[in-house]
Amino acid sequence: MHNENQSLIFELTKEGRVGYSLPELDVQDFDLTELLPEGYIREEAAELPEVSELDIMRHYTALSRRNHGVDSGFYPLGSCTMKYNPKINENVARISGFANIHPLQDESTVQGAMELLYNLQTSLVEITGMDEVTLQPAAGAHGEWTALMMIRAFHEANGEGHRNKVIVPDSAHGTNPASATVAGFETITVKSNEDGLVDLDDLRRVVGEDTAALMLTNPNTLGLFEENIIEMADIIHSVGGKVYYDGANLNAVMSKARPGDMGFDCVHLNLHKTFTGPHGGGGPGSGPVGVKADLIPFLPKPVLVKQEDGTFHFDYDRPESIGRVKPFYGNFGINVRAYTYIRTMGPEGLKDVTEYAVLNANYMMRRLEPYFDLPYNRHCKHEFVLSGRRQKKLGVRTLDIAKRLLDFGYHPPTIYFPLNVEEGMMIEPTETESKETLDAFCDAMIQIAKETEENPTIVQEAPHTTVVSRLDETRAARTPVLRYQKA
Amino acid sequence: MTHRYLPMTETDKKEMLETIGVNSIDELFSDIPEKVRFKGLLNIPKAKSESSLLKELKQLASKNNDTDSNVSFLGAGIYNHYKPVIVDHVISRSEFYTAYTPYQPEISQGELQAIFEFQTMIAELTGMDLANSSMYDGGTSLAEAGMLAAAHTKRKKLLVSESVHPEYREVVTTYAKGQSIEIVLVPAKNGVTDIEALKGLLDSDTAAVMVQYPNFFGQIEDIKTIGKLTHEAKSLYVVSSNPLALGVLTPPGKLGADITVGDAQPFGIPESFGGPYCGYFATTKQLMRKVPGRLVGETLDQNGLRGYVLTLQAREQHIRREKATSNICSNQALLALASSVAMTALGKQGIQEMAKQNIVKTRFAKNAFEAAGFEVPFQGAHFNEIVVKTNKPVQEINKILLQKGIIGGFDLGRLYPELENHVLIAVTELRTKEEIEALVAEMGAYNA
Ligand SMILES: Cc1ncc(COP(=O)(O)O)c(C=O)c1O
Repeated sequence: MHNENQSLIFELTKEGRVGYSLPELDVQDFDLTELLPEGYIREEAAELPEVSELDIMRHYTALSRRNHGVDSGFYPLGSCTMKYNPKINENVARISGFANIHPLQDESTVQGAMELLYNLQTSLVEITGMDEVTLQPAAGAHGEWTALMMIRAFHEANGEGHRNKVIVPDSAHGTNPASATVAGFETITVKSNEDGLVDLDDLRRVVGEDTAALMLTNPNTLGLFEENIIEMADIIHSVGGKVYYDGANLNAVMSKARPGDMGFDCVHLNLHKTFTGPHGGGGPGSGPVGVKADLIPFLPKPVLVKQEDGTFHFDYDRPESIGRVKPFYGNFGINVRAYTYIRTMGPEGLKDVTEYAVLNANYMMRRLEPYFDLPYNRHCKHEFVLSGRRQKKLGVRTLDIAKRLLDFGYHPPTIYFPLNVEEGMMIEPTETESKETLDAFCDAMIQIAKETEENPTIVQEAPHTTVVSRLDETRAARTPVLRYQKA
Repeated sequence: MTHRYLPMTETDKKEMLETIGVNSIDELFSDIPEKVRFKGLLNIPKAKSESSLLKELKQLASKNNDTDSNVSFLGAGIYNHYKPVIVDHVISRSEFYTAYTPYQPEISQGELQAIFEFQTMIAELTGMDLANSSMYDGGTSLAEAGMLAAAHTKRKKLLVSESVHPEYREVVTTYAKGQSIEIVLVPAKNGVTDIEALKGLLDSDTAAVMVQYPNFFGQIEDIKTIGKLTHEAKSLYVVSSNPLALGVLTPPGKLGADITVGDAQPFGIPESFGGPYCGYFATTKQLMRKVPGRLVGETLDQNGLRGYVLTLQAREQHIRREKATSNICSNQALLALASSVAMTALGKQGIQEMAKQNIVKTRFAKNAFEAAGFEVPFQGAHFNEIVVKTNKPVQEINKILLQKGIIGGFDLGRLYPELENHVLIAVTELRTKEEIEALVAEMGAYNA
């Protein structure tokens, strides 16, 4: 049990200490009053910390020990694909020729970087079965919005600007409807059926001449492959809409099915999931978008092309483009890591990735099935969703189970999502975990199920071993303290 | 085939298939319709061993001219700055970089507290009440500010100064299209926002006025007067700001800004060919519940210990779905950490010294250019950039400079037709007197 507050860096401050080493000033010095207009010189210094270099290292080392990453232990957070983040990726991204190049340098001085991006684009075209890929979007949600803006531009170009509805399944990730709103569309929700798949009758009911697009996650957030995918694409296409593939879960289908072959018009990928961009505690990501030929004219600017002489070029001459979605060319550093990963795995490797991710998930699902409710009992893909409703009847909520898992050294699954499962627990093991790890986690889950029956308080009061106990979220929201203020 | 990232053995496979009750892995994919099942292998390059891949990628990287082995005067929004070496040591701790968003606060206190400290430092520098946990970059952060302003004021027009970064403006324009918001360009005159023109454009349909401080040409504008005019029209005032400059400049919060955005790239983040960087978003208490993205707040645990959580989540997409204030989910947390470490290392003293060095060294460069006969058209106060007029095309000059190991400035003619043969020169604290003199001499020799 800990009984002391972890210091904030501001509380370690002592006037006069420094942690920097700036170049010496080798030109004539001036007083700022000579160089800046009146009223524009800061009167009160910003209260940044005053600490030594060792203070800083100790502080952040202490913070890091209060944090759980994939390298710390198993992290089966559903929909997040918390697989191993290869270390070679980190080395490659830090090579000076990649890390220290300015985005506005002359193209002739950055051909190596452009070649890498071009090769990554080409690999992603093959992996998704699309015709062209843009690497501009910074994350999944940004990719969704980018693709929806392209769909909007497509309809407008065809004189169909009235198409203002985007259809989103009730099990979709929250970014799907939110991106539709940002792109100026109205969201229509389509129901799931008793098998956890999109209800085709409901889909037929909601489509119409105002349908701009359907956004579909496949496998869906229940970890289930949408078997009727061809019919769904047909239903949307028959009314003139576009089908959008949320490819955040591509880890489940690489080398097994390609969005392009399934009739999809566009797709976004999360390179920070399937392609090992480390999640960084919340970001950065990279959310490339792949499109079919008829959407190519609308790709965001600039488009990276290979010229006849073999050199690479950013093409800005795209009159139908939706414009720029981000300054410069996307999260290059993450794209470098993803490319390194693809080259490390090769075609056989990526196929194994998918097969083992799916094998691991099905194995865990079957091991846990006797102890927890499994609302959708069929082969899952890369993840599966259990319901804690059996435990809830005994007074133990899914939140309690999640907190109890912390005592075993695990990061819990995604909980209370998707919204169509009561007390949901979404478990995604990924392919980089060994059978021993999966077994140990399943054993912990089974023990918690037993504790729920025999000694529920130990679960209800969990966690018992973490640096803080459960935090008062209501207090945080009611009287928000969003920054440190000197006492 | 086995791979170092894949621990599966044949024995494991067999045991697991047995538990599942299927005969082959293929059976697990039987739900993929036969018609669309992909068979065979993807047509991508064969796997490479660690050492040979490293060798290949190092060779590829060596085709680029980096700012480490060349002397760079290229800025235009992204700068070559002092990066305290400890930044990389901290962000290389895998407890940070291999973690997801801190959804489980009990085992994410490190990340949550680091972000809380980031929010505090950004709020301090900008003089705003609060800051969020990061945005993708300065450009999308500016766009989000525009969306917020339109939603808050229920008005449909954004006035954007021509002295705002052109690529940021383009991003704002794309976002605005989605929301059917009109973008009106406020012209720049002598390298600063034309205040008279602005007066003529401000009206009761203006959701926000957007300016940059220091602006794209490095100039320090009369931010205060523009703010007054903006508020007279009951519009929101959005200032995009280089946070390093705020080490010595009066913060936007003291000059009337309702929202201050920008990019924390100058704090410990490499140029990295366009990203990842670290957008920030700071605002007033009044707009707190409309902020896009994640916010970390302080609270107590059951034993009264201080702790941190993600808070005010009723704004966000995972709760509000189509009614969320923004669609952002993943942000740039690791870069927020990097910039926090850099801001901490610089500290209260260092940030002032570094900001001042930028101004003073740029002044030295300005004097040197003028002494060598170059015209410096915009004579207002500057931060770390100046515009220099040349007699020859900038691209030609930059080619010559590169042969001398110098990466020249940004060719303004690319984006501002009236500024053909004008170059934007950035001088940071890293540039030495000799390097600046060499730049002026080389340019002078060719320009003559
Ligand atoms: C299915 C799905 N779609 C979209 C997203 C959004 O991705 P990002 O967080 O990169 O914006 C996520 C991840 O959170 C996801 O799981």
